[in-house]
Amino acid sequence: MTTDLALFIGLALIAIVSAVSMLVSRNAVYSALFLVLNFLTVAMFYLLLHAAFIAMVQITVYAGAIMVLFLFVIMLLGTEREEIGGSIRWQMPVAIVLAVGLAAELVIVIFRSAAGVQGQIAALPESFGSPASIGRLLFSEYLVPFEAVSILLLVAMIGTIVLTLNKGKESR
Amino acid sequence: MNVPASYVIALSGVLFTLGVLGVLIRRNAIVIFMSIELMLNSANLALVGFARSMGPAAEALRGQVFVFFVIAVAAAEVAVGLALIVAIFRSKESIDIDLVNSLRG
Repeated sequence: MTTDLALFIGLALIAIVSAVSMLVSRNAVYSALFLVLNFLTVAMFYLLLHAAFIAMVQITVYAGAIMVLFLFVIMLLGTEREEIGGSIRWQMPVAIVLAVGLAAELVIVIFRSAAGVQGQIAALPESFGSPASIGRLLFSEYLVPFEAVSILLLVAMIGTIVLTLNKGKESR
Repeated sequence: MNVPASYVIALSGVLFTLGVLGVLIRRNAIVIFMSIELMLNSANLALVGFARSMGPAAEALRGQVFVFFVIAVAAAEVAVGLALIVAIFRSKESIDIDLVNSLRG
């Protein structure tokens, strides 16, 4: 077993175990923290796959900003605790059977497809996935989508403010 | 990392399935939302894995640009989604999705 494969298996185990722990935690705060661990592991994968810029974006935006937002809302609402096991008794076993079927199908399809048979992959130049190369692409070929994203973020900001506006303020 | 791209894609499939499972079995709206984030993240991992396996062609970098856009859209989605959850909590005093059944006939 090469070191690359050992590294991959170790990181994959951390990612899967943290995702499962997120699902089974009773406390939503623990779920959020396990999800942060999962995001950090995926960022490690990005680094190993020659996507340095995406890895940094993942850490700052996902593990940083988005998960802080999640933790903030969980603690603001005070709804950490929840009993597992819904009002429908057969929901959990059916869901697990369906999920295992989906995973099996995905793995079979992936390993049978053309992407699966490709063994060793080519070496990449150092600049592949660097901030400079991604930035050059973003500001030349993808300039219009890039600007559209800024409008999207502005609309999301306005929508959030409108949704959480305290309508009872006028009556006070 | 010199492992076949299919391993990375398979890991992304497993993480996606765990996200689906979370949406199916949990009733806390915030945990369901976090599972959706897990699914988005696994799709990003697949895109980066494909970009790695298509390299060093110049077009392969576009997979990573697409991941950038997915992350930006996910940020907007999280902001609006959490605002919706806060609005639901204000009217129901709970975010258990079994209680959000006002439209039931």
